[in-house]
Amino acid sequence: MSMLDEVPIGDIAAGSPETSHSKKPVSRLRLVVSRLRSTPRFWVGIIGLVAIILWAIFGLVPNAWNATDLDVYNMGSRPTGLHWFGTSDIGEDIYAQTIVGLRKSLIIGLLVGPLAAIIAGVVGAVAGYLGGWWDRAIVWVIDLLLVLPSLFLFILLSPIFKSLSWVALIFLLSGFGWMIMARVIRAQTRSLRERDFIKAARFMGVDTWTIIRRHVLPNVSSLLIIDATLGVGGAILSETTLSFFGFGIQAPDVSLGTLLTAGQGAAATRPWLFIFPAAILVFTVLSASLVGDALRDAVDPTSGVNRD
Amino acid sequence: MTENHPTTTTKTRTLAGHQLAETSSHLLEVRDLSVTFPQPGGSVTAVRGVSYHVDKGEFLGIVGESGSGKSVSSLAVMGLLPSSAKVSGDILFEGTSLLGRSDKELSRLRGDGISIIFQDPLSALTPVYTIGAQIAEALRLHDRRLSKQAANVRAVELLKVVGIPNPERRAQAFPHEFSGGMRQRAMIAIAIANNPRLIIADEPTTALDVTIQAQILEVLQKAKDMTGAAVVLITHDLGVVAGNADRIAVMYAGRIVETGTVDQVFHQPSMPYTIGLLRSMPNLATAGHTRLVPLEGRPPQLSNLAPGCPFAPRCPVVIDACRTTEPPLTLIGTDPLNSSACLRVAEIASGALDRGHLYPVPEPVIAAERADVASENVLAVEALKRHFPLSRGSIFKQTIGMVRAVDGVDFEIKSGQTLGLVGESGCGKSTTIMEILELAKPQSGCVTINGVDVATLSAKERRTLRREIQVVFQDPMASLDPRLPVQDIVAEPLTVHGIPARERLQKVRDVLDLVGLDPSMASRYPHEFSGGQRQRIGIARALVTDPKIVVLDEPVSALDVSIQAGVINLLQDLQEKLGLSYLFVAHDLAVVRQIADTVAVMYLGRIVESGPAEQIFENPQHPYTLALLSAVPVPDPTVERSRTRIILEGDLPSPTEDINGCNFRTRCPLYKLMDAAGQVRCRSEDPIQRPVEGSRVACHHAEYIDLMTTTV
Repeated sequence: MSMLDEVPIGDIAAGSPETSHSKKPVSRLRLVVSRLRSTPRFWVGIIGLVAIILWAIFGLVPNAWNATDLDVYNMGSRPTGLHWFGTSDIGEDIYAQTIVGLRKSLIIGLLVGPLAAIIAGVVGAVAGYLGGWWDRAIVWVIDLLLVLPSLFLFILLSPIFKSLSWVALIFLLSGFGWMIMARVIRAQTRSLRERDFIKAARFMGVDTWTIIRRHVLPNVSSLLIIDATLGVGGAILSETTLSFFGFGIQAPDVSLGTLLTAGQGAAATRPWLFIFPAAILVFTVLSASLVGDALRDAVDPTSGVNRD
Repeated sequence: MTENHPTTTTKTRTLAGHQLAETSSHLLEVRDLSVTFPQPGGSVTAVRGVSYHVDKGEFLGIVGESGSGKSVSSLAVMGLLPSSAKVSGDILFEGTSLLGRSDKELSRLRGDGISIIFQDPLSALTPVYTIGAQIAEALRLHDRRLSKQAANVRAVELLKVVGIPNPERRAQAFPHEFSGGMRQRAMIAIAIANNPRLIIADEPTTALDVTIQAQILEVLQKAKDMTGAAVVLITHDLGVVAGNADRIAVMYAGRIVETGTVDQVFHQPSMPYTIGLLRSMPNLATAGHTRLVPLEGRPPQLSNLAPGCPFAPRCPVVIDACRTTEPPLTLIGTDPLNSSACLRVAEIASGALDRGHLYPVPEPVIAAERADVASENVLAVEALKRHFPLSRGSIFKQTIGMVRAVDGVDFEIKSGQTLGLVGESGCGKSTTIMEILELAKPQSGCVTINGVDVATLSAKERRTLRREIQVVFQDPMASLDPRLPVQDIVAEPLTVHGIPARERLQKVRDVLDLVGLDPSMASRYPHEFSGGQRQRIGIARALVTDPKIVVLDEPVSALDVSIQAGVINLLQDLQEKLGLSYLFVAHDLAVVRQIADTVAVMYLGRIVESGPAEQIFENPQHPYTLALLSAVPVPDPTVERSRTRIILEGDLPSPTEDINGCNFRTRCPLYKLMDAAGQVRCRSEDPIQRPVEGSRVACHHAEYIDLMTTTV
């Protein structure tokens, strides 16, 4: 009888939200925010993320050491009152290094996520809206980028990037992080294109770019926001991976990835070298993903928890 | 009869049993049913104390607008509400309560005792099983001893009963291979498979075309007669119940507000809502002669109902008491089945309040405000064709057929006039208007606007011409961008033509005022408006460039009945004030009758009959027009009972099919009545339009049209 159940439930779900909030007009944004607020995941994620960011900004203030300072009297020390996370073989303060590394990783993550989402939005909307040869060419490029192993490309391109500053890494990472979302946006746009309001705009003589800017992009914006948020965690992970293998951030810059590389040899004997950066990394990525996840559920009423 | 004693005991036992059943001698009795859905923003009570009953073999129609609680109350009967819903009251089926029973017990009853037919047969049928297997499943669920073969045989029989041609082969088909009407027939076959005592049909014909609707209602009636089951038909269309139902219950805001026999409700309605609903419906019998009487306002939100009668804000005869007390359902006369929930029911029933003049008839536009228009052709379409190739293969495409969506259409619209383009879905109406609106060179044929052939235009000229022709779409929610405030939506056509911002804003305020919306609402978003208001926004957007022609693509079919009238009146007023020409595309013939000056009837990409509206509706010359008109239900039980319906057989053929000769002959009732020579002509010769009695008809035998009405 499940086939009979499907209809009434769908009906009610479709009908009642409208009846519940059209009397007292609740904007979509307010609805999303109120749904977000009732998700524990969102609170865990956002508090974690805000704490991490605040820590990255102000964490060095109470610490006596800078990231470049060498404490020659305490080389390879375990965590103490003087060096909260211990020191490395040459006497660097791990606490200070972790914070500096975290700053870099966070900046990269927070820039790459949105940048990739913007590329995905523009490319996907153009391909989906224009259709025809444009669509075919763009999809071909997307598919090509998807089948190429991106790590391999990073490694190939890394000599070029090594000569540039770490900022180039931001563009490299976003350049390889937009394809899947672009395909989603393209599919969304194709269905939007058949909607009456887009047709209406076309029959009014509104030109293509204005339609994409005014009608298509705002209507896929919720997807893009989610993608940008989820992308933050992913970007931090990719950056760390690259840096771990020595292709990302180069000395003297530090990131969580380079710290992990430095600490990996000593992970068994002097675990503080490895565990603190690793724990911070896991915590950051987890927080960002939780926020993105909660956002997706709040924006899309048919996904996850909101389903009956 | 020698042994007296046992007989008496049986008698007493039946008496006792009868006594028990006295509490509910009805087949189904719903008592004080309430259904509440808990919601994050406060719970919504969709049904608020509904009581009704259905006797054996009775046909009850439940009528109400969307959101009136009619579907929810019947889903409660089936026990199909989501688990979050809170149900109170009682539902008795054959004397036993259905509430509080386990899903397993209810499942045994569903299909066997009560069965349901849903609105959308595509989502109600499982796509991965054949139709036959699904009917057999319904049979075997309730009769375990039935063998698979026997169930299949019975399934084929059932398909035959509901009028599916070739039932043996069709039983092996999948739901997607069936047309909408056939799927609904299959649903009816499943519903009657186990000879249920009660069939609940929830808007069974809403998704279907009129000719198919007529077929389905006939099948439903047949199924009822065969199984002797009682039927509860839920619909928003008063016309659908007029001809079939015995009794009617009218629902409003989660309650029954009026109930009685069909004649009582239609001829002596006593709840102002029912009266208003009946007056606001365009109806083929009266349309075109009188102005529609709109039912102002909108149905209340069930989430926070004000105290008092929920209809009070829309009621023309409201008194102070209405705002404080909600009137109970009270008897109107002596008939225990005829009651109404209105405080002034006695006044209305006795005639102290005249039913006919309860609602003020809106004044027509005064002569001074009317625009005078010179009669000239503003839009002409000649031999317009649009064929879509059907291709197969992704790399090497090969054409395997041709969809003749529009296959040679001619019409013209004079300034200040309305052309109604009617036809069933799939006949090419929408493709025709899309071809016109593209303002591009058509595949074949010629589109002329204001005397200019659009094929010759440059891009710039085309943009300038777009000011002259605007469009209003069917679904007001889909045609307004949800992310833009109303002023931006309405101003959009102006931005194209480079009009400065200040002027735009002024113009937007003017048109909003023109369509009866408060200009101060311009900064709100579309979802804050009701359906009727949204459609007014759509109309405002179309009018903002001062066009000469407005293409209306089913502008009222997505609206509730009580709201339609207001929009139709608005369109009529605007036409007279601004001298607009309308191309009005619709499938609802009554609406077209109300607004159109000339009518063109489309069938399979062709216009089969065109002419003045009066002529087409009063004296149709093409068999298809005649059948189409006869399929439209009239919301008047006396008319419904007396008239004969011409029911077309089968579905609209696919436009890919190549039909020799006349493309209507596969369904034509007149074709069957013709002699052999006439039939040969239909088969071999494609009829071209020719003038017959004032209209242009594409039929060889239009002169014999009377045969259809006399012999059927």
